[in-house]
Amino acid sequence: MNCEIPLAEVRDLTVRFSSREATVHAVNGVSFTVQPGEVLCILGESGSGKSVTLRALMRLLPPRRTQIGGMVRVDGQDVLAMSSRELRDFRGGLVAMVFQEPMTALDPVYTVGQQIGETVRRHLGCDRRAARARALELLELVRIPSPDRRLDAYPHELSGGLRQRAMIAMALSCNPRLLLADEPTTALDATVQVQVLILLRRLQRELGMGMIFVTHDLGVAAEIADTVAVMYAGRIVESGPVAEVLAAPAHPYTAGLLASTVHGQPRGRDIDAIRGSPPDLRRLPPGCSFAPRCARRMRECRLTVPEPRFPAPGRMAACLAVMGPSAI
Amino acid sequence: MQDNPSLDLRDRGGPQQPLVIARDLRKYFPVKGGGGKAVQAVDDVSFTVAKGETLGVVGESGCGKSTLARLLLHLVPPDRGELVFDGEPVGVAGGLPVDALRRQVQMVFQDSYSSLNPRMPIRDSVAFGPFVQGKKKDEARKIAHDMLSKVGLDPSLFGPRYPHELSGGQKQRVNIARALATGPRMVILDEPVSALDKSVEAQVLNLLRALKRQFNLTFVFISHDLNIVQYISDRVLVMYLGRLVEIGPIDEIFDRPLHPYTRALLASRPSMDPTRRIEEPPITGDPPNPIDPPSGCRFHTRCPFAEGVCETTDPMLGSWEGLRSHVAACHMHDPRSGHSGIGTA
Repeated sequence: MNCEIPLAEVRDLTVRFSSREATVHAVNGVSFTVQPGEVLCILGESGSGKSVTLRALMRLLPPRRTQIGGMVRVDGQDVLAMSSRELRDFRGGLVAMVFQEPMTALDPVYTVGQQIGETVRRHLGCDRRAARARALELLELVRIPSPDRRLDAYPHELSGGLRQRAMIAMALSCNPRLLLADEPTTALDATVQVQVLILLRRLQRELGMGMIFVTHDLGVAAEIADTVAVMYAGRIVESGPVAEVLAAPAHPYTAGLLASTVHGQPRGRDIDAIRGSPPDLRRLPPGCSFAPRCARRMRECRLTVPEPRFPAPGRMAACLAVMGPSAI
Repeated sequence: MQDNPSLDLRDRGGPQQPLVIARDLRKYFPVKGGGGKAVQAVDDVSFTVAKGETLGVVGESGCGKSTLARLLLHLVPPDRGELVFDGEPVGVAGGLPVDALRRQVQMVFQDSYSSLNPRMPIRDSVAFGPFVQGKKKDEARKIAHDMLSKVGLDPSLFGPRYPHELSGGQKQRVNIARALATGPRMVILDEPVSALDKSVEAQVLNLLRALKRQFNLTFVFISHDLNIVQYISDRVLVMYLGRLVEIGPIDEIFDRPLHPYTRALLASRPSMDPTRRIEEPPITGDPPNPIDPPSGCRFHTRCPFAEGVCETTDPMLGSWEGLRSHVAACHMHDPRSGHSGIGTA
């Protein structure tokens, strides 16, 4: 990977949501970098903080209840310090996002062509005709059949898979350098999911975008990621090149996730499930958040949050049982 | 399969009698104001469920699998066709009444929250079924208590709680307890783990397997996740746009899929190996609309092996001889259809 200035750089990101009842510690010190053209997959279950992390990168969290700490830089710009006007240029321009539910992004009362056109005119300042031409170009890019007809379709007139493609087209309309994707294929049928994954991979390569892809599905991570970061209770517990992490996971949680994912296990025998349940983010236990469920826990694990260790180049695991230096 | 199904005192037909026979089931839902059009949800579907087996049902949106589940419980009446439970036809004069069917068949749904009354404590939700079936309150409560233990929930801890206080996995365990509290012989599970996190999914699957053994149950397991279906099923039924396109023993279907749609479905599974990624989509486009299915073979518009006969003629399911039979509804595999047979390899 070309290691000049990273496309995205996150240092010690923390996100807390406060309400009258409690404070939810959703993200608790997350750090990572994404190089231009790299695909990072953030892997985790519900409550891991993966979606909150992604939204923090675009400041899409409710401003009044949220406290964000740490540093977020995209293309060298300090995202947490941006004004509303700077954010409006930033969102859709430098960074764009695709969601699990296309109707999150698509307005039901405007046609697909109108919506893409609006984004293009806002960010690139071109006229209506040029915007429509650009919208057509984008629908062709995402391989929507009969694109000229679909430009004048309303979102509800498209099937689930086509709506997802339309949302991707809209996200790409202003040539973002970084694409954020929050479980974009989770709600899709299997045969449609594979089409969208292949499309995203192809587009990412052709357009040279960096991508941060959030998923709970190890198979999806294997199909799309260069690097994977595994999150648990608001922290990254392991990261590294995807093939290495899946072949030889260092952190017990990653190993547990792999073992408990149903994929060709012999019938007639129990699956190696991780016992217990994820922790309550309002009341995190002291020390390693995974310790209560960990088969390898030691007494020290409950005392302090484990520092990241680096068992091999490019590999990180926040676990006392992992051998390796704790600072580069 | 069951070791000795006739140990069940309710058994009428003996071990060779299928627990369920579905014959030519059809269910269309008329489209309101649609000028006579209908969603052809389930179209002439026939199959059996053997005592003690787990029959997997797979298919994508619009295939009819959820409607099929409801037909098996008679939650919706079929427009045509019949349902035979342990040798007795259901819902016809002289046969098995529908409420008697529902004492023997229960269902667990995907959405764990909307299946539970939010104003009832868990122990009352689980006791409700036995109580309605005539058990006294004390006895119903004791059954609820036992069932909660059996699904791994401490009854003194979870009994008094309300659904909103439980996690997704815990709610699903409650739903399973509720389904089993009435002592059914068969349980239909409609995407029981789809909404759960992966680590919880494994726990619930292990639980289902243990309970199946313990209570001598028969399962119909509906899922879009082929990996789970492969793990848990004895046989699999594949649906496409309301039709049954392939059925057979689990290893046969996964190792030697016959129908082009089954092949595409299997090839769409993510590889889990980053060095062997899927390069080309096995099939393009979305599953079509069940309101206006294509003529002839419903899959012909997306099939790489479609020929003239596929557009005009509906393929029949191959002749089914027993539980080891592996058959598909596909002209390619029928030497008398007029199809060239290219693609059967």
